[in-house]
Amino acid sequence: MRKYGFFALTAAALLAAACSQQGPGESAAPAAAGTAAGAAGGAKVVGLALSTQNNPFFVELKQGAEQAAKEAGLTLTVVDAQDDPAKQIASVEDLIQKKVAVILLNPTDSSALSGAVQEANQAHIPVITLDRSVDNGQVASHIASDNVAGGGKAADFLRQALGNKGNVIELQGVPGTSAARDRGQGFEGALKGSGLRVIASQPANFDRAQGLSVTENLLQAHPDVQAIFAQNDEMALGAARALEGAKRDNVLVVGFDGTPDGMQAVKDGKLAATVAQQPGMIGRIGVQTAKSLIDNQPVEAKIAVPLKLVSKDAAP
Amino acid sequence: MPAAFSLNGAAAWMQRLGPLIGLLLLSLALSVLSPDFLTTGNLLTVLRQVSINALIAFGMTFVILAGGIDLSVGAILAFTGAIAAGLMAAGHGMALSVLAALGLGLLLGVLNGVLVSWGKVAPFIATLGSMTLLRGLTLSYTAGQPIAVGNGGFALIGNGYLAHLVPNPVIWMFIAFALGGFLLRGTVFGRHVFALGGNEEAARLSGVRINLVKLGVYGLSGLLSAFAGVVLTSRLYSAQATAGSGYELDAIAAVVLGGTSLAGGRGWLVGTLIGALLIGFLNNGLNLLGVSSFYQQVVKGAVILVAVLLDRRK
Repeated sequence: MRKYGFFALTAAALLAAACSQQGPGESAAPAAAGTAAGAAGGAKVVGLALSTQNNPFFVELKQGAEQAAKEAGLTLTVVDAQDDPAKQIASVEDLIQKKVAVILLNPTDSSALSGAVQEANQAHIPVITLDRSVDNGQVASHIASDNVAGGGKAADFLRQALGNKGNVIELQGVPGTSAARDRGQGFEGALKGSGLRVIASQPANFDRAQGLSVTENLLQAHPDVQAIFAQNDEMALGAARALEGAKRDNVLVVGFDGTPDGMQAVKDGKLAATVAQQPGMIGRIGVQTAKSLIDNQPVEAKIAVPLKLVSKDAAP
Repeated sequence: MPAAFSLNGAAAWMQRLGPLIGLLLLSLALSVLSPDFLTTGNLLTVLRQVSINALIAFGMTFVILAGGIDLSVGAILAFTGAIAAGLMAAGHGMALSVLAALGLGLLLGVLNGVLVSWGKVAPFIATLGSMTLLRGLTLSYTAGQPIAVGNGGFALIGNGYLAHLVPNPVIWMFIAFALGGFLLRGTVFGRHVFALGGNEEAARLSGVRINLVKLGVYGLSGLLSAFAGVVLTSRLYSAQATAGSGYELDAIAAVVLGGTSLAGGRGWLVGTLIGALLIGFLNNGLNLLGVSSFYQQVVKGAVILVAVLLDRRK
């Protein structure tokens, strides 16, 4: 009996305690989390919570942020969620406990990270979202490329290149992210009423390997296709590989992001074009905006980082 | 309890104390290295972070003790979480949705058990199959999109606090721990789990209905995974189609770090809690210290390997 008496006791105590629980709507933060931001002396620490580093885009974003932090005399702490929203909430909480001055958040998902943003709000740590937005919680500034306009640029390029007729396959990014939503919306919106038709639209989660396999499958199902629009370069490069494997050199592939690999592929003629973002600039502006917040200067609620279409004829 | 299934002597004590000493050393090191580590707020935060993994790992402990393995836990978590969110999105109440998710988790676990016992499929293969199947079902049910949950009461399961201080998921973790500990140490079922993992043939000859015990452990694992799914869905205010990928490995790591033998028959639930805390402290501490996330994975992998190597030497 003594062996499990402890367990029984714990269970009883916890059950009794759980009964005295507060009513709904009162999710107060633990008292200890309420301390002021950036209390530690020395260089101010800015936290950067990345969705993943398994993607050159976010690595470039991080590098831009690191460089800007060095120039501004700030310490940058980077945490990586490996595309798992639960893991990202945990690492944002860790940044809150570390009492960083500002949190730069590149959310894995727009709905799931709302809670973490609210926790930072309660701890009075300002949050700046990068590249993707969050649905709830107070955000000091949102810094991203104008993805809707970028999707439109890709559509305009294809209309011109294909003489305003043909069938297009669309490879979508991680469902639920604002980047995937906005790029798709901009692209499909600009094609409406044109001679181009989107005959298939499937997620390949911004991933090169999935871009390859999804394209292989779609080519089987829809052999009559003239162009592929991928919502990022990684998927576009996967699609280009699939076309190479299927010996289809008459299909135009347009990517999005303008990563080093993507730009090289445009130069080599593997991609027809890419809508180039400037991830390094997003990271850089993120840190500069954080610096403004630390210095108590006003910041814009929305900062649009420009995009440009890069094709072989229109190299940067 | 028969002597063959318990740990005896100094060596056995060392084996039990090993994970605890590891946890204490790690906490000590982190307290010295980071001023933000040893605060009430941070420790409660870590407890909440480990709660999901701990809930799954408690169930996994039973399965591993019985000589099996359950790779489908993360997929059950995602599927049941999506069902709970889907039911609420369709206008059903919170109680019904949560109970449906838990019942479904239990059922899916029992089905794993049927495959392993009467079906005589190797646990690794059976649960790999159900993992893949459930991942597919989850993706088709959610159409790959997150299902948002607006129910305020439901949100409290993962986000509320007890007495404005202790996060609710931590409460659920300790309740599951207490009940699980009782089940393992204080019931016939628990003794049969040890007997089955220690020597299946001997257990069968001594009258243990091994197929029923297998249904029990996989059912329990499914139930706890579903509960973790409910808590996570609440915590994220949404069910995610790809939630819980890789969670099976985190749970197995917690069980093994806690000193439970992968061969079955030897181990304890306290160790699993310690193992989950070890992983949680490591994640939290490396973030507080600002260690590059690339090296974080190297450190975590190395810790698991060292722990298992130490276990082998005993």
